[in-house]
Amino acid sequence: MNILVCISNVPDTTTRIKYSADMKSVDYSGVQWIINPWDELALTRAIELKEANPALVQKITVITAGGADAEPTLRKALACGADDAIRVDAAGGDSLFTATQLAHAVKGEPFDVILCGIESSDYNGSAVGGMLAELLDYNSVSAVSSLNLEGNSVKVTREIDGGKQSIETSAPVVLIVQKGIAINPRIPSMRGIMTARTKPLKVVAAAAAAPGSKVVGYQAPPQKSACKMIDPENMDELVHLLHTEARVI
Amino acid sequence: MSVLVYIENWNGKFKKSTCELVSYGKRLANGLGGSLTLLSIGRVAEDELKNLGAYGAGKILSAETDAPLDDKAYASLIASAAQNSGATLVVMAHNVTGKALAPRVAVRLNAGLVSAVNGLPVSYQPFVVSKKAFSGKSLMQAEITSDIKVITLSQNTAGIETFAGNAAVETMDASAVTSGINVLSTEVQTGKILLSEADVVVSGGRGMRSADNWKPLEELAGVLGAATACSRPVSDEGWRPHHEHVGQTGKVVAPNLYFALGISGAIQHLAGISSSKVIVAVNKDPEAPIFSAADYGIVGDLQTVLPKMTEAFRKLKASS
Ligand SMILES: Cc1cc2nc3c(=O)[nH]c(=O)nc-3n(C[C@H](O)[C@H](O)[C@H](O)COP(=O)(O)OP(=O)(O)OC[C@H]3O[C@@H](n4cnc5c(N)ncnc54)[C@H](O)[C@@H]3O)c2cc1C
Repeated sequence: MNILVCISNVPDTTTRIKYSADMKSVDYSGVQWIINPWDELALTRAIELKEANPALVQKITVITAGGADAEPTLRKALACGADDAIRVDAAGGDSLFTATQLAHAVKGEPFDVILCGIESSDYNGSAVGGMLAELLDYNSVSAVSSLNLEGNSVKVTREIDGGKQSIETSAPVVLIVQKGIAINPRIPSMRGIMTARTKPLKVVAAAAAAPGSKVVGYQAPPQKSACKMIDPENMDELVHLLHTEARVI
Repeated sequence: MSVLVYIENWNGKFKKSTCELVSYGKRLANGLGGSLTLLSIGRVAEDELKNLGAYGAGKILSAETDAPLDDKAYASLIASAAQNSGATLVVMAHNVTGKALAPRVAVRLNAGLVSAVNGLPVSYQPFVVSKKAFSGKSLMQAEITSDIKVITLSQNTAGIETFAGNAAVETMDASAVTSGINVLSTEVQTGKILLSEADVVVSGGRGMRSADNWKPLEELAGVLGAATACSRPVSDEGWRPHHEHVGQTGKVVAPNLYFALGISGAIQHLAGISSSKVIVAVNKDPEAPIFSAADYGIVGDLQTVLPKMTEAFRKLKASS
């Protein structure tokens, strides 16, 4: 089996968001870039599966759609344990544009299991995985919180509202994964970082694709008013304020 | 310009969030000067469907099937319903199911998708919607430029409105729905208030110290009829199940009232709770960042504060 992990290159989750003067774009200067946290967990699970059964999982490929500036993030994924990488040379665009680029690079390639994170921490779209599955005409399972492979059978747990289901499906399939798929993300070892430099990274030209949406502008979220401090000996006051002032109980 | 809303049932019943979604769809249809059609997939009694008339439902398509949620099959049904009803806007909830289906529906309809929209459009012409970006650190406005448009609505952001009128139910053929997945087993939590639906959430962090200390937290949740939640290290440690983990990499919640007990208020935790209407924080550290996100704060040790708090709420509940 070959596993493909889709990687979104995103600002570190602690980044303070700055904007251009006209508020029409985000100012990315000085930003630290990371593998999207859910994609990092997906990659971690893929590596665990390959380590547990190298005869079954032959290769792990990572892919991103982005400019050359996304390559360090792909190299990090290689350092974690992926075998090779693909960069579709297409930066910007919305989820439809991105999914179209990924589908263009993946179509006809022998990937059995495609893993995508449930959202990317920049635009919080929850869209690329499902779109990719539809463009490839593959089955998909979303909100996947555990994954096991047995022969050609793919066993997953998916979250449903207020519970979970255990599901069996078969390759090729797109799995849209969330928390639980792995707990602690892999951190590249020194040796991993060394070998990542020479692992193959293929650049694929962009496909012609039209986005379905575009950003009009940004706003900073409204400021919270100051926190009202309450004496820990006076819980009746808290109850009173929540009841009469905030009116939430 | 007509609107199609996909409504999800839970064992044949709709939830409060469905009413919100339907009344949101009605207001969108009014804004666009078109009609509203709902699509239900599964088995729902006619009366349950007709109840949605009070929230603005006119025509309801009921696709009766026993097939479990299969992303591909369900998406194809929703896309056909949109095409048959001439919908130019398709709306779904931004929940587990909506996240799974909306992207596939968008591709089928060659439509732009903006997900987790937080209310009515900023403008209909051009069609511009507002949503959070960077996990709550930014607000973004996006225009959907395609002819057909798909959006998902963040829960608890649009409010529920009622309308006069009756809903008419029509059946839609769902015999073509086949499933590419095999559901081996389903595990449903019973007797618990769902995190996604709860008006009040009581959440504990590492400051709770150990799994054994959750009893008083559950007691408070019981008194308030609240769902329980936790920070990431708490679920990573195995003190609480993963489905309770709130934040950037866990669930995003938007209750009316959120209790952060022994949670420091890391930016990744705040990402999951910033849409809460009111936040109450208890922390022994007066400098904890959670206090800059909270509306009401108590500096103190949970071991003593929590039982007193529960007692005070119990008094209120007993008197009302
Ligand atoms: C990529 C990434 C994603 C992440 N995603 C998430 C996420 O989704 N959700 C999430 O929660 N975190 C997430 N984190 C982790 C996050 O950065 C914090 O580490 C985490 O939120 C801290 O959890 P905590 O507040 O429970 O624990 P701590 O930070 O350890 O805070 C415990 C708090 O309890 C207080 N306390 C201790 N004892 C008592 C007592 N007896 N009485 C009262 N107060 C007490 C302390 O003063 C302290 O403020 C993520 C991190 C990364 C890097």
